[in-house]
Amino acid sequence: MWSRQRGGLKPLRCGVEQLRCRRREREAALRKARREQQLVSKRLLRDEALEEAEEGCVAMIFGEAEIQQFLRLAQRGTEEKEREGALVSLRRGLQCPETQQTFIRLEGSIRTLVGLLTSNQALLQLEAARCLHELSHSEQSAVVEACLPATSYLLTYLSGHSSDFIELCLYTLGNLIVESEAVRRQLLPQGIVPALAACIQSPHLTVLEALGYALSQLLQAKEAPEKIIPSVLGSTLPQHMLQLLQPGPKLNLGVAVEFAWCLHYIICSQVNNALLITQGALSTLGLLLLDLAGAVQRTEDAGLELLACPVLRCLSNLLTEAAAEAVGGQLQLRDERVVAALFILLQFLLQKQPSLLPEGLWLLNNLTANSPSFCTSLLSLDLIEPLLHLLSVSNVVSVLVLTVLCNVAEKGPAYCQRLWPGPLLSSLLDTLAFSDTEVVGQSLELLQLLFLYQPGAAQAFLQQSGLQALQRHEEVAQLQDRVHALQQTALHG
Amino acid sequence: MQLPPALHARLAGAPGSAEPLPVERDPAAGTTPFSFAPRLVRFPREHDFFEDGDVQRHLYLQDVLTQVGGAPERPRVPEFTCQVAGCCQVFDALEDYEHHYHALHRNVCSFCKRAFPSGHLLDTHILEWHDSLFQILAERQDMYQCLVEGCTEKFRTSRDRKEHLVMRHLYPADFRFDKPRRSRGQDFAVDSRIIWRTDFSMGDFYKALSISPAVPGAAEQVLAEALGDDRAPSEGDAMEVCSEHVEPSPEPAGERRAYSHRIPSTICFGQGASRGFKSAKKRNKHQ
Repeated sequence: MWSRQRGGLKPLRCGVEQLRCRRREREAALRKARREQQLVSKRLLRDEALEEAEEGCVAMIFGEAEIQQFLRLAQRGTEEKEREGALVSLRRGLQCPETQQTFIRLEGSIRTLVGLLTSNQALLQLEAARCLHELSHSEQSAVVEACLPATSYLLTYLSGHSSDFIELCLYTLGNLIVESEAVRRQLLPQGIVPALAACIQSPHLTVLEALGYALSQLLQAKEAPEKIIPSVLGSTLPQHMLQLLQPGPKLNLGVAVEFAWCLHYIICSQVNNALLITQGALSTLGLLLLDLAGAVQRTEDAGLELLACPVLRCLSNLLTEAAAEAVGGQLQLRDERVVAALFILLQFLLQKQPSLLPEGLWLLNNLTANSPSFCTSLLSLDLIEPLLHLLSVSNVVSVLVLTVLCNVAEKGPAYCQRLWPGPLLSSLLDTLAFSDTEVVGQSLELLQLLFLYQPGAAQAFLQQSGLQALQRHEEVAQLQDRVHALQQTALHG
Repeated sequence: MQLPPALHARLAGAPGSAEPLPVERDPAAGTTPFSFAPRLVRFPREHDFFEDGDVQRHLYLQDVLTQVGGAPERPRVPEFTCQVAGCCQVFDALEDYEHHYHALHRNVCSFCKRAFPSGHLLDTHILEWHDSLFQILAERQDMYQCLVEGCTEKFRTSRDRKEHLVMRHLYPADFRFDKPRRSRGQDFAVDSRIIWRTDFSMGDFYKALSISPAVPGAAEQVLAEALGDDRAPSEGDAMEVCSEHVEPSPEPAGERRAYSHRIPSTICFGQGASRGFKSAKKRNKHQ
């Protein structure tokens, strides 16, 4: 997938502005789908307008007679090239919804296709698999469900050796998985999890990427926490996934992206994260984070944010597990390079994908909350000022930044001393000017800590017209009490 | 967002951290009306916090999936033939050859030349078809292993196994890799070095001999080809695993060749050797 994207994007007919507009529409559609919890849905897999714009070959509408002709030729033709050609023509036709409908309604058509899929003619097998893939891609449930008789074979072929064929089977399975719970209810007893566990040992990167994709779709299913994740955790899949995420010369970005997302879906479902920790998930992900930070400094436009996002999420969620504390003695979790890496990533995200900043700051919160070590690192590495720089990005980001600062400040005078003086006060006065209640509330919490632990803070606050800044919030319900308390402290010590 | 210049150096440096500053909390911190306490935060699957990242992920998938599934452009190479003995398939693309090799030659039963989609199915086939010890053991215990990887159930008969596949694993009743064997003859090796084909009739032998001219050493080659006549079963019975009797499938039409009874002079049957193969069973003719 990844390598195909790099080299193989076809030039589109529409202009840049149209592209941007189209992308915004797609984004809006995806957001809506997510809110309705429909993000794992077939219609989102294929972007229709994009297809229309880039039709390389024209999809033909075939009637019954033509389809029958192709099938007959494929099955019983004498010349191998002839048979293959018939299937190629059929496949082109199957890109078209009308032809798909006609095909599935034709008696024996799927049976014939499955027969060709399982034949001993290798090239016919491939073409038959491509036809099946087209069908699996359809938006019509009836068409997709017509592929069901083939699933046991698709799974059987995953233990084969032809990498192109396996890749195709995996993408087809991925499409089927997304179709409906009914389909998944067939795939699970047919042994899709053990089949994937066997297949993940393949050395082929294209196979691994396809497998990661199919698995991520499986793990994203609504019923996954109860019905799918337990058996995945019970298989050898997690160990292999972690292996494929180990940083080093063998790390492939496209593969890593897929399995990082797989891990995320498993972890955030909170089924048995302790098991993942014993398998070294924290250690692996921590090292991967360091590697990512190194990579963003070197490469320009490699799509690293696609990997950064799930890694940040996995680490953040895993740190909340009780088991994480047990392994906290491991170097990785007290290694201040983790903090350095995180800030390098935050800078990268600020430029590349600001909407992911909250996720990075979430990790920073979980790192610093109960860790004097990491709080000290923030100070000793001079990261407070860069942190303050993020206060102007958005409300959510501001709240998170202030929360992290509170994590540091609440550890006592030794920490507050290092926060003071500096740009902190003026930043706080700025945030007090925000209208967002949560941002202001968090600022007030921080002020309380500073007043408590840092002599001279209250004084300086008064001198910089702090009281006026507080005044504007005197009437706000959630803020009043805290505002008054601070006013008292500032005035009377 | 300006990062301190030493940060990048720190990343590249050795693991480790500075000595943490002493922690000293005042009980008044975070007391009413204040409430701050450091907290580990966790987000479950469907939380809105993940919306942006999820949307980006799916945009990426959409972009990529539109390119999957079409036949990719293959670099063409000068035509070459499959190197496996007896196979004369020609290719002009390496990937096509790879697929051909894996489909037809990789997991091939050395006894009966049938090809299987995976090593797992090949192993099962050899066990159930060509291992006489298996037959003996099967009379006394459950030997037929479920075909689904990861399922450890075993069964007394292949019929029981099929039922298990259908009921428990939702497999189709006509799963091609669990077809009952043709009753045309049993292939099993008593000694794995010798293959006894009890259904190999004299007619087959003559047929085989008529294929190639009288060349020394040709007989062996020809014999292999004759045995291999059965190597490529028709579409319907591509790969068989289980070994129970059922109606034999029809001989694929169009593959008969005219044969002559003339035996080339280079073929010698040796002293006292009888023509054809000894067979305790009545030989089945081709249908």
